[in-house]
Amino acid sequence: MNQPVSATVVEEKQLVVGTSLWQDAWRRLKKNKLAVFGAIVLIIIVAASIFVPIFSSYSYDQINLDKSSEPPSLEHWFGTDQLGRDILVRSLIGGRISLMVGVIATAVSFVIGVTYGAISGYFGGYIDELMMRIVDVIYSLPYLFLVIVLLAFFTKSIFMLFFVLGAVSWLTMARIVRGQVLSIKNQEFIEAARAVGVETPMIIFRHVVPNTLGPVIVYTTLTIPSAMLSEAFLSFLGLGVQPPLASWGTMVNEGVEAISVYPWQLIFPGLMMAITLFSLNFLGDGLRDALDPQMRKD
Amino acid sequence: MAKSNSAILSVRNLQTHFYGDGAVVKAVDGVSFDLKLGETLGIVGESGSGKSVTNLSILRLIPYPPGKIVGGEVIFDNKDLMKIPENEIRRIRGKRIAMIFQDPMTSLNPFMKIGAQLMEITQLHEGLNNSQARKKAIEMLELVGIADASRRIDDYSHQFSGGMRQRVMIAMALSCKPELLIADEPTTALDVTIQAQILELIKGLKEKIGTSVILITHDLGIVAGMTDHTGVMYAGKIVEYAPTEELFSNPHHPYTKGLLKSVPDPLIEQKKLFQIPGLPPDLSNLPKGCPFSPRCSSATTQCQEFPPIRQINAEHYSACWLEN
Amino acid sequence: MCLPSFLCVIKIMSTDKTLLEVNNLQVHFHLSGGGLIDRLMGSKPRIVKAVDGVSFDIKKGETLGLVGESGCGKSTTGRAILQLIKPTSGEVLFQGTNLAKLPDREMRPFRRHLQMIFQNPYASLNPRMTIGDIISEPLTVFKSLAKQQLDKQVQELIERVGLNPQFIKRYPHEFSGGQRQRIGIARALALNPDFIVADEPIAALDVSIQAQVMNLLQDLQKDFSLTYLFISHDLRAVRHMSNRVAVMYLGKLVELADANEIYQNPLHPYTQALISAVPVPDPKVEKQRQHIVLQGDVPSPLNPPLGCHFHTRCPQVMDQCKTNEPKFVNIGKNHFVACFLTNK
Repeated sequence: MNQPVSATVVEEKQLVVGTSLWQDAWRRLKKNKLAVFGAIVLIIIVAASIFVPIFSSYSYDQINLDKSSEPPSLEHWFGTDQLGRDILVRSLIGGRISLMVGVIATAVSFVIGVTYGAISGYFGGYIDELMMRIVDVIYSLPYLFLVIVLLAFFTKSIFMLFFVLGAVSWLTMARIVRGQVLSIKNQEFIEAARAVGVETPMIIFRHVVPNTLGPVIVYTTLTIPSAMLSEAFLSFLGLGVQPPLASWGTMVNEGVEAISVYPWQLIFPGLMMAITLFSLNFLGDGLRDALDPQMRKD
Repeated sequence: MAKSNSAILSVRNLQTHFYGDGAVVKAVDGVSFDLKLGETLGIVGESGSGKSVTNLSILRLIPYPPGKIVGGEVIFDNKDLMKIPENEIRRIRGKRIAMIFQDPMTSLNPFMKIGAQLMEITQLHEGLNNSQARKKAIEMLELVGIADASRRIDDYSHQFSGGMRQRVMIAMALSCKPELLIADEPTTALDVTIQAQILELIKGLKEKIGTSVILITHDLGIVAGMTDHTGVMYAGKIVEYAPTEELFSNPHHPYTKGLLKSVPDPLIEQKKLFQIPGLPPDLSNLPKGCPFSPRCSSATTQCQEFPPIRQINAEHYSACWLEN
Repeated sequence: MCLPSFLCVIKIMSTDKTLLEVNNLQVHFHLSGGGLIDRLMGSKPRIVKAVDGVSFDIKKGETLGLVGESGCGKSTTGRAILQLIKPTSGEVLFQGTNLAKLPDREMRPFRRHLQMIFQNPYASLNPRMTIGDIISEPLTVFKSLAKQQLDKQVQELIERVGLNPQFIKRYPHEFSGGQRQRIGIARALALNPDFIVADEPIAALDVSIQAQVMNLLQDLQKDFSLTYLFISHDLRAVRHMSNRVAVMYLGKLVELADANEIYQNPLHPYTQALISAVPVPDPKVEKQRQHIVLQGDVPSPLNPPLGCHFHTRCPQVMDQCKTNEPKFVNIGKNHFVACFLTNK
């Protein structure tokens, strides 16, 4: 009975700085070969999209009818399109547009979705019901209809496209965040924060939101490809990027028309897009596993 | 019930390891004990002591990976359960050796009627037809004290309270009149008054059916009231084993002594509680020698070496270097 | 350790002064049927009377134990005292102020006097914060301290609850259950409170760790002259920790008396059954003990029985118990019972 508490309870390891859950997740992510591979491929594609067109001697809108629809050669690695434009450069410019659509649309949906979902979930009651019914109503409208209406109302600039895509994809994000908040706000540590007198905005941003971010990040990485696909689809319908600007969607669209004669016009942009989507999915899966608390070994 | 001295179950040097993250966790590290016919053996230990893994290992219910039974034998009915083929042990599970678990909530299938789950067992193991199995199921529910059993047999598990679910679990476990019942913390999730009901029930049914019981618990009070022999587990090993009365009146291992002293007695007033210092052992990073030595007030340099389990007196074994 | 140190002198243990008084506390929850659509459709909400008219007082420096089975409303009572759940009606008088009447903003200054220790050491600490941040949070809410001073206080607190102060930058998941509970205790102590609600503080811990935490709570009580409401389903722990014990069943108190008195001379049949159901860690005693085994389950609080709530399971039930509700009265020696057997 006379053991001094402090001397006996203290662990012997004197590690001063601990590993946070983020660091822990990062460590697990690094172990996932597929996710690391996806991340590296993504970085290469992003870097290439940014830098290659700058240094290339061709530009995406440089028409050369003499070299119309040439197959891949040393001069034009990916061949040329019907107007004799270099497909490599166009694919990378298209990549810029497609990636930007993915990232910006996702960022828009992230900001709206997280704020909306957190408020709805934390306050609950009538506020929650009202906010979620609004989401339900928007959900029930045909997505495409909504986009077409929005794009018809405003000018058809690319930036509008970013925001329109973001504005329709925040709904799922809001629902995910709300669900997370609902489960977290009843945890004892939230009650503990209230018990020591922490004010509500601080509770939401210091205690609730950081704990919802795991699933949100995973969903985000999966929203990027879906926004890119939506853009491709809208471009396919002629609602997206306007020529001469290219995106993977418009290039695939043009390529399909010539598939039997000039297959490279479809294959290369299609392949770029497929590789990007695969990489994003690998990374998303890896993040999901890394951030899943169930996977953590204490 | 007449006690026979023959052992119904002999566990010898059982070892179960878990692999993960480059580390090996020796959850069960050389456990040996005998269970005599018709007796109740208590296994006490704290979380991580290996008490549940020991009993899952007996029925080879360790998920692989990450777990693996790496050694030892479990002799039941002259056969080593560790060596017989999978289909043979499947016939023993649920029929001759049955288990009930801590959480009656998750042990029942929420999408199946209680009756269907009960009937499944007797149909599988005893080849009863539908009406026989149903009759048997009702009989078992009545036996475990579920009122209006012939009607409630068609209810789903969520229509039962926690205590009632545990009764259903016991009915399922005892349907085939098993020779051995392993009860893993059967009352931990239940309220005090319901715990008393379930313990009475297990005690009564044990007499009625003549099943031997292994009762796993962290509660020394339950062990005191229910068991004939008790094994105390710490860090994957049985550190002390004795007839229950002997263990409580004359504990030898410092861990057992500490545990006994650190539980407040509800019948008398105590001043300050005894506390075992330190933390429960980290199984992936055990100290050299006796795993309890860092928390032991009687530890000496001798404890750097692992103390073998040795006989203290007739039926009393302890893994400690201390003199008697 | 005591912050600021001159307060230590002023705080004197006195056991006669009432620190907290709870009068006819009621907490009702609306279950399904309370939503917007349901209201518009005119369906009536179902009401659970989780706490249904509970009155008691807590003297300065004592520990009042509150026992009962799951769903009896004991945790809700604790939370309602701290205004973490707003009481439906009734008073919570803390040194004369009725906390139940205070709006949130006016309640905040009182929070430094009334703190809570939670049941689940895994859920009660924010997994994304370091333990230094967790323990310093109450301090930053109430006073602006320089970083250095803050760190010093946090380290003192960590040390006081028996942990290594060098752990300040580590995260909760790196600690065992018992250590996390100590962190939760340090957080509750940070503001040097007068009163702490300890809600099942040892339920999730191993036996050997339970003893450590109980001893720590007792030491701290002496050093900080704390008053505890010790909520638990574990009658052994409650006996050990408490000066007085209150027994709760389905939202109501059924018995309240000195710890020794209630364990030696339980008068309510429910208390008798509870005490007899606790296994004694001694095989010789256990073999001779007669257990009172109650029949049936605790009725649903949604639909409690008429009359005395306990009558459906009571071994000594009488006719009047089924229709009339016994009053909770003092039958002498400050022993309160709500039963027709004792209060005729």
